[in-house]
Amino acid sequence: MSAAVECAHLSVGYGQHAVVEGIDVVLEPGQALALVGTNGSGKSTLLKTIMGLIDPIAGTCRVLGGQPGTQHARVAYLGQAHPSRSVLPLQALDVVKMGRYASLGLLRRAGARDRTLVRDALEQMGIGHLATAPLRSLSGGQQQRVFLAQVAAREGDLLVLDEPTAGLDLSGAAAYHDLVSKALARGASVVTATHDIADAQTCDQVVLLAGRIVAQGTPQQVLTADHLLDAFGIVLQSVEHQSHRDLIITELPHAHDHEHGHEHDQGHRHD
Amino acid sequence: MTWFVTPFTDNTFMMRALLAGVLVSLLCAVAGTFVVLRGLAFIGDALAHGVLPGVAGALLLGAPGIVGAAVGSAVMIVGVSAITHRTRLSSDTAIGLLFVGMLALGVIIVSRSNSFNGDIIRILFGEILGIDSSDLLLLLGATVVIAALAVVFARPFLLLCFDPEQADVAGFRASRYHVVMLAMVATTVVVSFQAVGTLLVFGMLIAPAGAGALLARRVTAMMAWAAGLGAASVYIGLLLSYHFDLAAGASIVFVTVCMFFVVLTAQVIRTANSPGTSAASA
Repeated sequence: MSAAVECAHLSVGYGQHAVVEGIDVVLEPGQALALVGTNGSGKSTLLKTIMGLIDPIAGTCRVLGGQPGTQHARVAYLGQAHPSRSVLPLQALDVVKMGRYASLGLLRRAGARDRTLVRDALEQMGIGHLATAPLRSLSGGQQQRVFLAQVAAREGDLLVLDEPTAGLDLSGAAAYHDLVSKALARGASVVTATHDIADAQTCDQVVLLAGRIVAQGTPQQVLTADHLLDAFGIVLQSVEHQSHRDLIITELPHAHDHEHGHEHDQGHRHD
Repeated sequence: MTWFVTPFTDNTFMMRALLAGVLVSLLCAVAGTFVVLRGLAFIGDALAHGVLPGVAGALLLGAPGIVGAAVGSAVMIVGVSAITHRTRLSSDTAIGLLFVGMLALGVIIVSRSNSFNGDIIRILFGEILGIDSSDLLLLLGATVVIAALAVVFARPFLLLCFDPEQADVAGFRASRYHVVMLAMVATTVVVSFQAVGTLLVFGMLIAPAGAGALLARRVTAMMAWAAGLGAASVYIGLLLSYHFDLAAGASIVFVTVCMFFVVLTAQVIRTANSPGTSAASA
């Protein structure tokens, strides 16, 4: 079986301006990969390259055994929100149905399976009761659930998600994690660009980006205090527990530049 | 009752005008819906005005005006695409440049001829009361073709309006369907200008679809509202034109734009009086 994503010596960017160079990734079926990094570090650019929306500057990228952008019915994509999305006269159901368009093509009518997938996707994201609600009347978090339901309705072999938890409340985030778990369980692969370190820790592989590859490997290898300090300029302390690991922010960037000294700011995330 | 009916039953030219106007309304409802949803108002305006040199050139050469209009709109679409793809300029800059250039060229062509005075008024404002059977057949054929295109390309067009990246990802190349959509708008302009003129067809594209966008919760409903409001505007505009001796094409478009503002006002009042708004502002 082909790898879900296979990048070799890949450089991505716009025109001839490379944002990240030298990317080597192999993502097998049923695995999850998280791209973590600063704003503008190249996460979205790499996702767009995997989707075939922009061409690689150098190197190769293969998706499900083919060229990027050729396996339309097998790849689902959640991009960053397009401004026109929320002003169109569409119901939530219409948006989720769009997830089936790649399989249906121009004219094939939706069948029983398509309708079931759409209904299940709405229920999975906890928005079955909002199916006929106008998209423009929904909150940002509710709209994000609709867009994730569209991804679920595609039932792709590869899910490529750009900041999927943006705007989600706790139950929305739980529904999203359930969506990902079910996709992985049926052998699909997932690539996410995320700022959520806790999310990244649940993946099989992590690539830490800061306009370059800072580190790459398992979450334990990549999400270390040294690497995160290198990428984000923040000092973290890892606290191991029996069932999980906490990452505690012990120092924010430029903390020493403040006129008055502060006690170390503390916040924490855990998986 | 006779005030509302006899102008059409007693005068063949009024009945033809009504039929032509309703067909233009249907055409503009379909094309205008995508113009509004895709944010193509500026290029719609530019296409409506950019056909002028084509029509003027065709009349100068003794060719049918519709052929010149088709050439003019094709030059506009190809020119905008070429400038946008080969430079870093945004599409609205390209549209603005070609819009002004084509309009200026049209005026230059007209200014070189002494026989254009009547024709230029007809090009700009249409001659809906002079519609003949062949014009009606052309409009009917175009309506069928445009409606068929809208049905066949409904999915890519909807994705294109929703998010062009999602169209590409689903296998419907956004750049290709954008050109198809522009060609659909251009065809609507070209076949409609004889009825309502190049200046006024833009109003028929935008106003009913804009009102439909305010009223509808789904795209098909928006098209239906646009068609209904457009057809009602044609009827009311022709009636006013007949009884008060007003320019027919301009009356139709003026009524259409008035309808948009009536719908907008009603929406604003309804929103202000809705319980949710009161609670939010309380």
